[in-house]
Amino acid sequence: MTVATNPIGQAVVWINDPLNWTNPGGMLDRLGEHLTISALAVALGCLVAWPLGLWLGHLGRGGGLVVLVSNATLAIPTLALLTILPVVFASGFGRTPVVVALAVFAVPPLLANAYTGVRQVDPEALDAARGMGLSGGQLLRRVELPLAVPYLAAGFRTAAVQVIATAALASFVNGGGLGQIIRTGFGIGIAAGGGQIVAGGVLVAGLALLAEVVLGGVERLVTPRPLRRGRQRAGRPRPADATGSA
Amino acid sequence: MSFRLSYRADPGNPWFSWQYVRDNSDTILAAVREHASLTGRAVLIAVLIALPLSVLAYWFRPLAGPILAVSGVVYTIPSLALFAFIAPYLGTGTTTVLVGLVLYALLLIVRNVVAGLNQVPPEVGEAAQGMGYGRWGRLFRIDLPLALPGIVTGVRLATVSTVALVTVGVLVGHGGLGQLIFAGFQNNLYKAEIMTAALLCVAIAVVLDLLLVLVARLVTPWSTRRAR
Repeated sequence: MTVATNPIGQAVVWINDPLNWTNPGGMLDRLGEHLTISALAVALGCLVAWPLGLWLGHLGRGGGLVVLVSNATLAIPTLALLTILPVVFASGFGRTPVVVALAVFAVPPLLANAYTGVRQVDPEALDAARGMGLSGGQLLRRVELPLAVPYLAAGFRTAAVQVIATAALASFVNGGGLGQIIRTGFGIGIAAGGGQIVAGGVLVAGLALLAEVVLGGVERLVTPRPLRRGRQRAGRPRPADATGSA
Repeated sequence: MSFRLSYRADPGNPWFSWQYVRDNSDTILAAVREHASLTGRAVLIAVLIALPLSVLAYWFRPLAGPILAVSGVVYTIPSLALFAFIAPYLGTGTTTVLVGLVLYALLLIVRNVVAGLNQVPPEVGEAAQGMGYGRWGRLFRIDLPLALPGIVTGVRLATVSTVALVTVGVLVGHGGLGQLIFAGFQNNLYKAEIMTAALLCVAIAVVLDLLLVLVARLVTPWSTRRAR
């Protein structure tokens, strides 16, 4: 076998080696870990952020809090949070602390979008619903929640992609995931492990982009057709949306 | 890169320890300096590249779509993956870290500057043209000043997220305070070191953000005069 000298050539060789897929700690294992951690983190984030965001939006209060939470997590270094939580849990470096740390990064987009989703509901529709005799809880469940679904979906997409991206760093606190492939590559050294480093990068980036595309499709599906074009300009101010990439 | 620690004198493993801060003040200061300088350099380079790019996207509308699309796609790529692409070519060192940081900051700034420029009302542009401003005159005298709030928002976002991102740089060379976080992790989870570094990161972000707000106030005096 000719040894490729440039990192991309090495990466191609590395990816095409079936052992690198099926070995213990190979690509398939890591992919499974990555997806499990990410899914748990996003689910935990949703459990916390959605009820809170919907409720705050329903009350019409807490906008400042939502912005504060979003901005604060932007400034907290990913690595610090990933390192601090395992210490807090003090139970070694299992999955739990990593999942909780990642969930923290999922909360801001979920919270902000849930809040905005409820706030943007047409006040006239709310008046009409109240006039029909709906109570506060019914209003939230039967009117505000359905109308906020496109926003919830947008938040879910942002959160999920961000968590998948951040989960790559979990490898540095021995949390596993696809980042582990890159880390192992760095461990071998760039001369020998360059191909593996690039290959790991391709896998991590590919997974993040795939999630972005797939969830983008889902978001589009749950957004009623008339809202689709207008939303891009007004609904979700992409430039300012507080999603630090990690 | 050795960050030797004198922490055994400190009993237990507290979250906050002045003992640690005092004993390692040189290391901590060096890390803070490196962190701030990496952030500053990355944001500065990013602004210098982002402004011309945004003006291109603003002047030639067909370019706006691709530029924004590419920046969106690159922004989705996880930082670790991005560093993994760069490191085999540039080695592990400051250059690799800077290139990665600049790329992310660039994307945030371009998006906001383009949005800011596009918010300049067309009537204003026409009025400027009527007054005899050329393309460049209009850009510097009308468009850019009116887009300043958008530009500042972009630079602030980019700065704060770069501060957080610098820590990841420890994996490919230099990470400023990230080095302390990582060293603390490897030193049997030395809490004081991790906590100190994390808090200093947030502090740097807050300070830089406030500085930018101040600068923004100074360069856009009209925005404070107008009732918000």
